[in-house]
Amino acid sequence: MTTLIEPTVELRKTKPKQGLVHGLFTNTKAMVGATILLIFIALALLAPFLFPGDPSRITDMASLEPSPEHWLGTTAKGQDVLALTVHGSRSSLLVGLTVGFASTFVGILVGLASAYFGKFIDESLSLITNVFLLLPGLPLLVILAAFLPPGLGTVIVVLIITGWAGSARVLRSQALSIRSKDFVAAAVVSGERAGRIMFREILPNMASIVMGTLLGCVIYGIGAQAGLEFLGLGDTSTVSWGNNLFWAGNEGALLTGSWWVFVPSGLCIALVAFALSLINYAVDEVTNPRLRKIKAPKSAAAVVPATAATTPERSVTK
Amino acid sequence: MRFILRRLGFYLIAFWASITLNFLLPRFMPGDPVSRMFARTQGKMQPEQLDALRKLLGVDDRPIWEQYVDYLHNIVTGNMGISISRFPTPVTEVIAGQIGWTLLLGGTALVIAAVLGNLLGILAAWRRGGTIDSALPPILIFIGSFPYFWLAMGALYLFGVILGWAPLRHAFSDGLEPGFSWEFISDVGAHLVLPALTIVLVSVGGWMLGMRNTMIATNSEDYITMAEAKGLRPGRIMFRYAARNAMLPSVTSFGMSLGFVVGGAMLTEVVFAYPGVGYQLLTAVQGLDYPLMQGLFLTITAAVLIANFLVDILYVRLDPRVRSN
Repeated sequence: MTTLIEPTVELRKTKPKQGLVHGLFTNTKAMVGATILLIFIALALLAPFLFPGDPSRITDMASLEPSPEHWLGTTAKGQDVLALTVHGSRSSLLVGLTVGFASTFVGILVGLASAYFGKFIDESLSLITNVFLLLPGLPLLVILAAFLPPGLGTVIVVLIITGWAGSARVLRSQALSIRSKDFVAAAVVSGERAGRIMFREILPNMASIVMGTLLGCVIYGIGAQAGLEFLGLGDTSTVSWGNNLFWAGNEGALLTGSWWVFVPSGLCIALVAFALSLINYAVDEVTNPRLRKIKAPKSAAAVVPATAATTPERSVTK
Repeated sequence: MRFILRRLGFYLIAFWASITLNFLLPRFMPGDPVSRMFARTQGKMQPEQLDALRKLLGVDDRPIWEQYVDYLHNIVTGNMGISISRFPTPVTEVIAGQIGWTLLLGGTALVIAAVLGNLLGILAAWRRGGTIDSALPPILIFIGSFPYFWLAMGALYLFGVILGWAPLRHAFSDGLEPGFSWEFISDVGAHLVLPALTIVLVSVGGWMLGMRNTMIATNSEDYITMAEAKGLRPGRIMFRYAARNAMLPSVTSFGMSLGFVVGGAMLTEVVFAYPGVGYQLLTAVQGLDYPLMQGLFLTITAAVLIANFLVDILYVRLDPRVRSN
């Protein structure tokens, strides 16, 4: 019976005029994701105070197991794994966020220009976008990184080059549907400038899609940076999660059984990506009523056997 | 037919773009690769190797458009230059020996992930709020958040090093003669399980969620209600009516995800030292083997483009709306 009462309560909560932000604040997924993310950002900011000194300094305490002194043990070079991991969050989050924002920005520019101007501009921009979408990402990343001089800047530029196309395509199709709305036509007739229509009329109306794209781009940035660095194509002198994994592989942490060297960094990448996906799915749920909690499971009564009938209750309590 | 031709033209443009990128990169990048190469190899290079490198990097006096025409002609005729790290084997020969392994690994993983993910998505959408629908997505999203290679490392450590169930590296045991013997094939299979499994684990969630969301939209269509009203068996409605129409986006993403799988397979290959093109690409990068690097990139791109074209043809077969336009 709880299944019947629950939706009505939810309905009353989500009255109109309460926008995306409010919806996210009442969404469990979004809150869990935001909490995880904030913890990592706090760690990244506090890293120099928590673990002062250079985390990659080589000491003679090599390959120690986790102990009260070194919570996550040490690497083959005697570096404290916890310090490496906490310091690594700085570079990883910085690159991830920079790449995320920059590729979303490029995506917005291309998508809006495509949708607003149409015709030849749309044709050519779409063509470029689709070509970039189709070129296999990681090999392109590798070959770009191999030719450009190594460094953090290169990593960021390369990730933006390979990452903007996906967001451009999504944003273009959304902008296209808004472009055909009456209020845009009204703005055009009243003689507003193109830039104003694109950024003041169209853009605010696709806020949720922009947000989803941004989150996706950040996830992409963090993951791709880690992959690139794991292959040894990043700036190996900086401390980041990807580089930690690169060194772990290089020093044979796997084969010598030092699991504590490679587990933390990978887990951190996964946790951040997971947190971002949670927020992303929450944005989807809040803005797309179809994906929200089930109203009355269609045809469920006819199909679901008696044994499965108890499961909806569990899903409501989460 | 017009649709197919348009797509073909698009893929040709995409391929041309990647060739041009290949041509321009070494010529316009900051810094000088030849001197970088010299510094790394410390003058141990043969004159012929140097010559091959010069040719690739465009260190000749001809005007650039002439070099470009020459380059295009070479690529079209399948001449990708000579590998530097495996001098004097032609690049095409090195690639030919390796692409099969990547196709095997990537193909197996992709097909299993797509079939499994779509099936789970269909079931999840059909019984919304059921066990599959509520329990699996969060787990799969979480697993999907892990970097490909990290999961591969973990699996290698757990099943290879600690439990000793799976072989640690390479595509088949050392000293085994490749051939169509039962021994060889089963050995290849044993080496394939772990790398393929990690790719499937990471990518199955995306398939499932995509399918689930389209399927939910399809389930609320009138023809589904009609089918139910006619009293058709649920299984028939689920697969023949709902899933069949919800399949189309999945078919498209099958083509798109090929590039992604090649990338994922690449990292997995590196972890397992699996002798595919991804592993070779990394070795080429480490050995500053620019011709091989470029050849591999072009080959991978071409493979992805061809696969996408095949998907397009399939799409025309599946969706009558495309045919009528």
